[in-house]
Amino acid sequence: MADPLRAAVAIAGVGEAGIGIAPEGSTPLDLIGEATAVALDDAGLATTDVDALFTASAYYGMPNLNVGEYLGIRPRFSDSTNLGGASFLSHVGHAAAAIVSGLAEVALIVYGSTQRSDGGRLKSVAESFPDEQLYAPRYPVTQYALAAARHMHEFGTTREQLAAVAVAARDWGRLNPAAFARDPLTVDDVLSSRMLSAPLTVRDCCLVTDGAGALVVTSAERARGLRGAGGGAIFVLGFGEAHWHRSISQMPDLTVTAATDSGARAYAMAGVGPGDVDVLELYDAFTINPILFLEDLGFCGKGEGGPFVAEGRTSPGGTHPVNTNGGGLSYCHPGMYGIFTLIEATRQLRGEAGDRQVPGAEIALAHGNGAVLSAQSTVILGTDAAA
Amino acid sequence: MTLTPQQHAAAAREAGHVAYQHCERCGARTAYLRVVCPVCGSTDLTFHHSAGRGVVYSTTTLHSREGARDVSLVDLDEGVRVMGTVVGVDPDAVRIGAAVQGRLDDGGDEPRVVFTLEADG
Ligand SMILES: [Zn+2]
Repeated sequence: MADPLRAAVAIAGVGEAGIGIAPEGSTPLDLIGEATAVALDDAGLATTDVDALFTASAYYGMPNLNVGEYLGIRPRFSDSTNLGGASFLSHVGHAAAAIVSGLAEVALIVYGSTQRSDGGRLKSVAESFPDEQLYAPRYPVTQYALAAARHMHEFGTTREQLAAVAVAARDWGRLNPAAFARDPLTVDDVLSSRMLSAPLTVRDCCLVTDGAGALVVTSAERARGLRGAGGGAIFVLGFGEAHWHRSISQMPDLTVTAATDSGARAYAMAGVGPGDVDVLELYDAFTINPILFLEDLGFCGKGEGGPFVAEGRTSPGGTHPVNTNGGGLSYCHPGMYGIFTLIEATRQLRGEAGDRQVPGAEIALAHGNGAVLSAQSTVILGTDAAA
Repeated sequence: MTLTPQQHAAAAREAGHVAYQHCERCGARTAYLRVVCPVCGSTDLTFHHSAGRGVVYSTTTLHSREGARDVSLVDLDEGVRVMGTVVGVDPDAVRIGAAVQGRLDDGGDEPRVVFTLEADG
């Protein structure tokens, strides 16, 4: 029997603003406002139609209040679940639950940051890890470096294979006029870049940019009837979320993430498996991430992610297109990237991705990661034909 | 006097030890000291000091203006994992699987446990 949440809601509109470097003087709320206006126009709806608000932020302690006030939205359902970069994929699942249960009709999921204009420092709330801070890890690159080093030790993954993740992202980004980083990039370029926390160089790490993204989610029925500017409704076939730890010393196995759980939950709801997915958007804060997620989401075996990427399978023209907009490594990374996995997946399924379009894409998987491989959220999207 | 979990941890560090908890109900152990067992939820937890022997689970060399230094995760023989730093050796020479021994480092702002490579490691 099909899950009652399968294809019950759809993404009716998407919008972005300030990708890369925002207009001088912009605040995160300005970018959120602009992205929201674009997404609502895309859907054919207005702020007055929105009755559920989802956001997360490193700027505002009570971000729903700031965003609701700025946009003039008075939600009857409000959720600021903060799972770091995975938040916005979880918001899709939470919005589906709210809409299906009758607590809301039109959900706005939105995020914005001016991290680059603010000087590049990663905003985060004051939080101490007493057992770790005595050793002054550089959060978060050191934590991901520890995961990469363990993966290399257990499975023979190489620095060249990690670098291939950044090169594949760049090759996609070079097909996307909106990508922030479009210069050619080679494996040697990555390896010879400044070492931050071995084995990760600065080119193994995501960009630091400004940017905002917004999604409008409503019932499948309502989405089918909307006449927005966009290319139509994209259906939420399944979702799953999972988190197992907060600090890296509490992660049981640094080579296995909670994506094993979030992915299994999303596949079960959607009634599909990895072999059905045409395009993948995997949160790539660091080059080790897509390798772990390809494995944990079942696209290859444990330990096979490095060769999988190095063989070109995730690159343009490959069997498993990954991060087709350029990802966090080449498209944008304003503090948290999760919402952009959903926006790019939507554009691919609508067939509006231009030179980077994956021909005939019907099912997409978007995956978000939060904190230090801590939170994992998976959303499977499909066209009307796949729904 | 009853110490809080973080007070237990700090007292152990001052003596150059890593503290850990043992759950008297299920046997789970953790070096992240708290008031409930993360495996079974029991509050019947006893506090212990590790002997400080273990192996490197993972390691990175962190580069900064001040130079290069090691940050490692160490699996202690008592079955708990902690973050630490391996000192007295080129950080790039620290290998996963290497045997290490903890000791007090009281030369900084706060006392902490650091690790050195075992000669036979
Ligand atoms: Zn227990």
